[in-house]
Amino acid sequence: MGLKEKLHQTKLKYQGKKMAPAFNAIHTFLYSPNETTHSGGHIRSVDDLKRTMNTVIMALVPCLLFGMFNAGYQHYSAINGFPENFSVMEHFITWDNFWLGAITILPLVIVSYGVGLAIEFVFAVIKGHEVEEGYLVTGMLVPLIVPVDTPLWMLAIAVAFGVVIGKEVFGGTGMNILNPALTIRAFLFFAYPTWMSGDKVWVHGAVERAGTADAISGETILGYLAQGNSDFSYSLSDMFFGFIPGSVGETSTFLILLGGLFLVFTKIASWRIMLSAVLGSLAMGLIFNGVVEAGWIPEYSKFYGLMSFEYWQHLLVGGLAFGIVYMATDPVTGSQTNKGKWIYGFLIGFMSVMIRVFNPGYPEGVFLAILLLNVFAPTIDHYVVRGNVKRRMKRLKNATILPKVTGEVEELKTETV
Amino acid sequence: MALLSKKDSNLILDPLADNNPITIQVLGICSALAITAELKASLVMAISVIFVMGIGNIVISLLRNVIPSKIRIIAQLIVVATLVIVVDQVLKAFAYELSKTLSVFVGLIITNCIIMGRFEAFALGNGVWRSFLDGIGNALGYGVILVIIGFFRELLGSGTLFGIPVLGDPIAKTGLYSIGYENNGFMIIPPAALIVVGIIIWVQRTRNKALIEEA
Repeated sequence: MGLKEKLHQTKLKYQGKKMAPAFNAIHTFLYSPNETTHSGGHIRSVDDLKRTMNTVIMALVPCLLFGMFNAGYQHYSAINGFPENFSVMEHFITWDNFWLGAITILPLVIVSYGVGLAIEFVFAVIKGHEVEEGYLVTGMLVPLIVPVDTPLWMLAIAVAFGVVIGKEVFGGTGMNILNPALTIRAFLFFAYPTWMSGDKVWVHGAVERAGTADAISGETILGYLAQGNSDFSYSLSDMFFGFIPGSVGETSTFLILLGGLFLVFTKIASWRIMLSAVLGSLAMGLIFNGVVEAGWIPEYSKFYGLMSFEYWQHLLVGGLAFGIVYMATDPVTGSQTNKGKWIYGFLIGFMSVMIRVFNPGYPEGVFLAILLLNVFAPTIDHYVVRGNVKRRMKRLKNATILPKVTGEVEELKTETV
Repeated sequence: MALLSKKDSNLILDPLADNNPITIQVLGICSALAITAELKASLVMAISVIFVMGIGNIVISLLRNVIPSKIRIIAQLIVVATLVIVVDQVLKAFAYELSKTLSVFVGLIITNCIIMGRFEAFALGNGVWRSFLDGIGNALGYGVILVIIGFFRELLGSGTLFGIPVLGDPIAKTGLYSIGYENNGFMIIPPAALIVVGIIIWVQRTRNKALIEEA
């Protein structure tokens, strides 16, 4: 008797018991259940919530693997100096890099999933409903948007906060108004700012070595620019392929682009949001570039560095690309209407770059912009729907209903209304 | 003979739990968010409000047959403003540092909805003794929540209670800090108080299902 059969039989034992939801979650995660609905007509399809979530996770795996290599690469480069004549196979994809990345990043993944799923299971058992799959993606996103050296207990507290306050109090998966992964990041940022910003946290080992003779540092490009500098040592291809310091999975714009195309192709994520967010960030970047070119801002201004940053390069650094592809497109917290998606996405890109330039404490605004627009998404949808109703009412008023004179007019009118 | 009759003691006990001004009526939230980052400030605020409400309810109750109903709000404001100025001056004289922490929020006791609410709903229609008990009860209910919020915010946010370090020294890395613990900066900012209030409401309604409104 295989495991599948065994699970089918154990399920009967649990039926109606308190722990049934927990068991069913594991059961349906491993196999498709052996029972069918008893009444009504149903379309049988494989793309349920679990499949959707798994597709997003598949799109995230390249970013995770790249993050592991990059964690090692940044660490060893900070100690030994960046290699001259950099070659990917020789200096980047090495066993040393991968091993260091794996032992620093896998614990983050395990804590994120462990704590988050435990809370999901507890809530499902208390409420007596099925365990929802919403956490599968969040659990993978969280380790990718924090710095490598985030202490595990901080991550655990933040995950507990994000899942309970960000999601469960609103009624669980599908009911939350804020993206849980970003809620977790926002909590970490406001609770432990020293671990989420500055020039020490982005490279593994930098915090421990601070103040010693072996001190290393690795500032993100944005952090460097925010201090008023305007030239940095990374080349464009470094920025595009992601050989730069930053949060674990956000550095490689190239892989994020591939992941984004995959999500668009599988119709999991909305291309409208992605495209309009890119346009929004370009628009804001252009405005800032224009301000610099017009000479309205003096060179000693603290905003000069970030404002003069080439507008399209904003997409290559920091978490903007990652946020646009994986966070802004969250179907629960984003806008639902097509026109709403354009507005929502555009404002996310626009605000991200604006916060980036004007935020004095921390030169990254993507998570704040997305959280803000999450709150406004229902309002945007409301006005889009109202606008549609208004337009159709106007069309109805101007419509001539034919034939005009016969006795059928009344009938036709009632039909149209 | 008991000190208070059953009916009178309910005036004090009800607002402490099942009819709490903050967690059930959701009044007086602004000050609960603003001044609860430290336990000491919360406690002083609670005592100030207890004083203002106790005396205020007595005065309004004494004047309840004299105040013309058309201008009763003005009359109530004058009473509460007078008392608040007394509190403010006392704080400035004897606890200057603290009065700076509380800053404008002492003055804003005037606008605390709980106070005007009790004047309107209770003191205008009840005798002096019962009004006094009602005022004390509601102010206590407000104060208890303030102190609970202040306790958690100061403990988690600064690692101190009444300004005394209880978790160790964050700079010298002693106590809890020696194993990597850090203060939670989120608890210092006012939104954290909103979340703490929310959790208190959540716990209270889980324990007493009768408080949950029909959806």
